[in-house]
Amino acid sequence: MSTAAPAGDWRRLDPRTVLVSALVVAGVVAGAAVPVTLGLTRWSSRPAAVLQMSAGAALVIGAAAGVDRVRWHRTRYRVGEERVDLHTGLLVVKRRSLARERIRTVDLTAHPLLRVLGLVTVRIGTGEQGGDSTLELDPVTRAEGERLRRLLLERASTVPPGFHREGELAVLDPRWIRYAPVSFVAPMLGGAAAGAVLQISDWVGAQGEVIAWVADRFRDTALLWTIVTLVLAALIAGVVGAFGLWTEMWWNYRLEREPGGTLRVRRGLFTSRSISVEEARLRGVDLVEPLGVRLLGAARLDAITTGLAKDHEARDADHNTLLPVAPRERADSVAADVLRETATPTAAPLVRHPSAARGRRLRRSLAASVGPVLVLAVLGTLFTPVLLWIALGCAVVSVPLAVALALDAYRGLGHALSGRYLVTRSGTVRRSTAALERAGVIGWTVRQSVFQRRAGLLTVTATTAAGGGAYTVYDADAAEGLTFAAEAVPGLLEPFLERTAHPGR
Amino acid sequence: MSTGEGTIRLRPPRNTLDRRAVGWWRTQWLLAAAVPVVPLAVLGALIEAARFWLLLPAAVLAAAGTAAAVLLPVWWFRTHRWEITEDAVYVRTGFFRQEWRIAPMSRIQTVDTVRGPLEQLFGLSTVTVTTASAKGAVRIEGLDHEVAADLARQLTRITRDTPGDAT
Repeated sequence: MSTAAPAGDWRRLDPRTVLVSALVVAGVVAGAAVPVTLGLTRWSSRPAAVLQMSAGAALVIGAAAGVDRVRWHRTRYRVGEERVDLHTGLLVVKRRSLARERIRTVDLTAHPLLRVLGLVTVRIGTGEQGGDSTLELDPVTRAEGERLRRLLLERASTVPPGFHREGELAVLDPRWIRYAPVSFVAPMLGGAAAGAVLQISDWVGAQGEVIAWVADRFRDTALLWTIVTLVLAALIAGVVGAFGLWTEMWWNYRLEREPGGTLRVRRGLFTSRSISVEEARLRGVDLVEPLGVRLLGAARLDAITTGLAKDHEARDADHNTLLPVAPRERADSVAADVLRETATPTAAPLVRHPSAARGRRLRRSLAASVGPVLVLAVLGTLFTPVLLWIALGCAVVSVPLAVALALDAYRGLGHALSGRYLVTRSGTVRRSTAALERAGVIGWTVRQSVFQRRAGLLTVTATTAAGGGAYTVYDADAAEGLTFAAEAVPGLLEPFLERTAHPGR
Repeated sequence: MSTGEGTIRLRPPRNTLDRRAVGWWRTQWLLAAAVPVVPLAVLGALIEAARFWLLLPAAVLAAAGTAAAVLLPVWWFRTHRWEITEDAVYVRTGFFRQEWRIAPMSRIQTVDTVRGPLEQLFGLSTVTVTTASAKGAVRIEGLDHEVAADLARQLTRITRDTPGDAT
């Protein structure tokens, strides 16, 4: 432990954490209590079951509160001149210490209960992978959270050159909610809703009744219409769910640039989140267009940065999204603002890939769609003609779909150099246009299969410390792809290239 | 961004691996093939009723494994190459799917030398060079012990002398 830093004062978490834990556990217990009590009534009388349940609940809640009280008692943190220290742990005392100069992110989140009490959870990260690089203060008061955020991120940073705009870069336009239902979330939520109905009715022991009730509704309806109606109902539930989820995630959304070179995203209806990204860590942006969203001419903007939290929770919460799905022009203009450019590289004209790349996509996509059809057809000829009809049906649907997706995937391919950035675009179900800062490229991987070699193609991957770790140009023309990589980062690839004069022409 | 006259390609890295790598790869293939083949053959010898259906896949797998063990290492030995310059590590691997990896010295974070049990038997080492990218690691497999140790020392020296923050 460094002795150079004069001791800042040790602070404790907010004592109301005990209350929060007790309430959270109480909520969980209450949720579990209903089915458990119902289950207990099978063996004992109802009052007895309720009594047993209440005693159990009190025990669990008390234990949780007690454990959290001990945790609170044993947790202290200190922001020193050079280091931030956190001492915590229930049985074994864990001492963690981060060098302040290595801190890259300070994120504040507050679920509804914390918000009511005016508390926030603070996550302090260095941007390195692995759990040990994050300090979590759960919870402190909102004012203390803000103080820490400003204290730890504010430093004399060299502001990058270029187009400069401080303050608010984007706020939520409520009309963007129209893009919520076309995401892949809607059908998933619909399925989940149907599953939840069955599961809960099973707990209550009424699953059979629910199914019988539904069957009763459709007694006079043809099977096809029954299926169509049920799927529609699930989809509508999914759309409603998607609207709800979108509102919870993106309400109060604001993207700001703060003095000192920090980008800050704030959002959330019930759970409020504040995510700060140091611009010195920003290596580019990724314009993501999922298929449905793309058909409506919209796109989402993700940050490519080193050091955004990579743990499971952060992943789920779209931690690196700078802009929710919004009209394409808006996404482009926000990208330009974020990168301090006058024109965004994500809209730069791209080099098309050779038509051999289209052939590869068509072949692969057709193989994937024809394969199952062939299996069905073979089984059909061997066993029953019904399978032959199913095979025909599959072929009629999947082959044109496969061709359409392959052609779209080919149209999406492209790469270019645009100012300080290299741009690569690929994908059809999830098209991604990544603009990666050329100075952020920390290596190259070039791949070429036998088939690619024959077609004169190769795949070039720029590796980077940020974002997904690698950004790939698929199936570029062999010579052009190598020239692109050599130009993108001067001097790195050049010594390993070999230029041969054109043989005999 | 014209391609100019003629074609551009990546030149092969200067150094080949150690000759013993061929034997090492062969042993790996044979062992990998033995894992399904031996149980199948033993069962086939014991269970008379299903003998044909057990010995047939065993024979097919054994043939495929032997073919791979004979041919692939020879091809791999021809294509697997490596090179260290003052500025970068450059490695080529793969036969059917060739892969060239380049990592600049200024971005190298760690240099590891690993010897698996089988590698030890053949007197070989693997040098792994990692960068800050999760997907940017460069591995040189099948180097002689001495060469690998020298290489690791040399890399450590060069990376120490090369300025850069590795991200």
